[in-house]
Amino acid sequence: MSEITQEKLDQIKTYINRIKQQPYPGSYLIAVLHRVQGMFGYVPREIMDVVAEEMNIPTAHIWGVATFYHYFNLKPIGKHVVSVCMGTACYVKGADDVLQALKRELGVKVGQTTEDRLFTLQEARCLGACGIAPVIMIDDKIYGELTAKSVVELIHRYRKAAGEKTA
Amino acid sequence: MEKSITIHINNKPYTVDSGQTIMQAADKLGFHIPRLCYHPKLSIEGACRVCIVEVEGMKNYVASCSFPVNDGMKIHTNTTELRRARRDIVELILDNHPLDCHTCDRNGTCELQRLSYSMGIKARHFEGERKHYDEDLSSRAVVRNPNKCILCGRCVRICSEVQNVHNLSQAHRGFRTVVMPAYNMPFSESVCTACGQCINVCPTAAFVEKSYTQELFEQLNDPNLIKVVQFAPSVRAAIGEAFGLEPGHNMEGQLVAALRKLGFDYVFDTQFSADLTIMEEASEFLERIQNKGVLPMITSCSSAWMKCMEQFYPDLIDNVSTCKSPMSMNGAMIKSYFTEKIQVDPKKILSVAVMCCTAKKYEADRPELMFDDLRGVDIVVTTREAAWMIKSAGIDFLKIQPEKVDAPLGLSSGAGAIFGATGGVMEAAIRTAYELYTGETLVDIELGGIRGLKGIKEASLEMDGREIRVAVAHGLGNACNLLDLVRKDPGRYHFIEIMGCPGGCVGGGGQPYAGANSIPLDEEALQKRAKALYDLDRGKTIRRSHENPDIQKLYREFLQRPLSPTSHKYLHTHYQAKLPRGIIPDKAIF
Repeated sequence: MSEITQEKLDQIKTYINRIKQQPYPGSYLIAVLHRVQGMFGYVPREIMDVVAEEMNIPTAHIWGVATFYHYFNLKPIGKHVVSVCMGTACYVKGADDVLQALKRELGVKVGQTTEDRLFTLQEARCLGACGIAPVIMIDDKIYGELTAKSVVELIHRYRKAAGEKTA
Repeated sequence: MEKSITIHINNKPYTVDSGQTIMQAADKLGFHIPRLCYHPKLSIEGACRVCIVEVEGMKNYVASCSFPVNDGMKIHTNTTELRRARRDIVELILDNHPLDCHTCDRNGTCELQRLSYSMGIKARHFEGERKHYDEDLSSRAVVRNPNKCILCGRCVRICSEVQNVHNLSQAHRGFRTVVMPAYNMPFSESVCTACGQCINVCPTAAFVEKSYTQELFEQLNDPNLIKVVQFAPSVRAAIGEAFGLEPGHNMEGQLVAALRKLGFDYVFDTQFSADLTIMEEASEFLERIQNKGVLPMITSCSSAWMKCMEQFYPDLIDNVSTCKSPMSMNGAMIKSYFTEKIQVDPKKILSVAVMCCTAKKYEADRPELMFDDLRGVDIVVTTREAAWMIKSAGIDFLKIQPEKVDAPLGLSSGAGAIFGATGGVMEAAIRTAYELYTGETLVDIELGGIRGLKGIKEASLEMDGREIRVAVAHGLGNACNLLDLVRKDPGRYHFIEIMGCPGGCVGGGGQPYAGANSIPLDEEALQKRAKALYDLDRGKTIRRSHENPDIQKLYREFLQRPLSPTSHKYLHTHYQAKLPRGIIPDKAIF
């Protein structure tokens, strides 16, 4: 997903050329960065250079915008994004144990990606599933009532599924 | 439409014009409201909140830098409550600032320090978490230290709004906000032109020049070296300010004497090599005119402009004069002509330049400017660094007996002196080019049309029935606007002067910091510095570069003639496109 190909570059350029027909093309910068992240899973530096040239916006300004919004990832993310809810309810029900177990199991800190590029570990605020706290979200799926032990089993399941696919 | 309205400040009525901010009105009435992020040359940021005032009927205090005056407005600038609020704001800024004033580069010239003093802050009440970042020491010219940054944004705005370089932005958010180039890349790899204007406008020491003073002090004590120094025109017009003088004092004689006292064996003048630059540049221009070379020819003296050109205007490389800058020409002559004269190995020379410029530190390092495997200039110090060295060495600069520069690279014409002011190079070049081309003497040698602080200046003159159109721009933002015209209509001008800094070299990034009662890049101060140089020109009998007898001697004894192979070896160079490519936003979309 994170690979930069000529095809993807052409898509970005086409999109920007369409934007240039609009009244305030510069105001579409965030929309362009969204699209870039949709294509690569993150906003690669090389692509920010392309966006700067194509939109004629100084790179420092694009960097300012990309770093301001937490939504934008500036480094490649894993195939699966694991978000641990650290909201009040989850925290009280042991979210920190779950997080520590994940850190140990994945061997990464919060915000980092595993070497095999399979998982990125993140913290989240309330995910709106307090009734089954503590919860984590893997990609767009919620898992609740977790413990330090069950969360590791969950990770194993994802690993196994990924292994089967590549095999 | 502006009209007269009545406002009350601190219970007294005043008649002022509408259509201005509270701060502007108050300034004219003699109320100096404290401020930090505001600068009259930059857009209004309204970020620091230091300039708050109380307006009766308003729920909150308002930022006077951005709030317009209204008829009947009742403003208070100094109530007890307001003073406390303002003091708290400054205390909160200080809370995330190192407590190291006594070891700081800006000790005594720091706006935050002055502000804190005037607020009457005696203790720190908000001891909280503080940021810790590495300094960026990668650039030869500019040091970035985010620990000292208070996020006023003046550097970001001058770099984008005045210089059009857009190297800086405020990245990340909240407590983690840091002013940095794109991708947090080292300054040396960024589009920074090293102009140093971020240093000029920074209220603290978040941007300072890379200092070479300790290294220089050490080498000045090396008995095996012959120490040679040159100094730029604008240094003499500004260095007095670092010693408490008003802007506009020509301190040439004092500077020469002080440099000798610091330990230099020979004190030369960059004004001499400015004359030399004119000989080469005027000849190059005439050659282009006569042989249908690439026009318009653009000057190449300003090192910040050269880096800007390579990154932002690589398509104009062939338009740029191949002449090195006066500093580099002098350096080349020091280590060739001069060493031959005194029968010394050029490797035994320590060649130092005192410059009004930070970009000259970068220039001195450029491989394109080397000859015989030698650098023309070994160490560049700014006007500020030189002033510090003079103070540090215990030299009484104001009482010192003025002295004269040394031969053979010191004597200069009036044309060399005016190089430091915007339009000066063009004026000097025309004085010589006209005479070389027509064989007649230009009678009216002062070209009023290209003097002064207008962003882009134009003039035309007739040489032997041929119209020559010239243009001058100072500050890279103005240069951008001028070059846009050139890209659209290449035939519009024949000759263009570009200086990287506002006002030309007199407004250089290495000039003394604004004092307690002035602001950085104050136009009046720039004009006074320029006037010192124009007065210097007017006071000289020789006002045309080609009439400088030491220049004539240099050609007779060494260079033969302008543009000769020897001249080319030592005085000319070629530039190349550089990455990262600079991007100039289209104002209509940005």
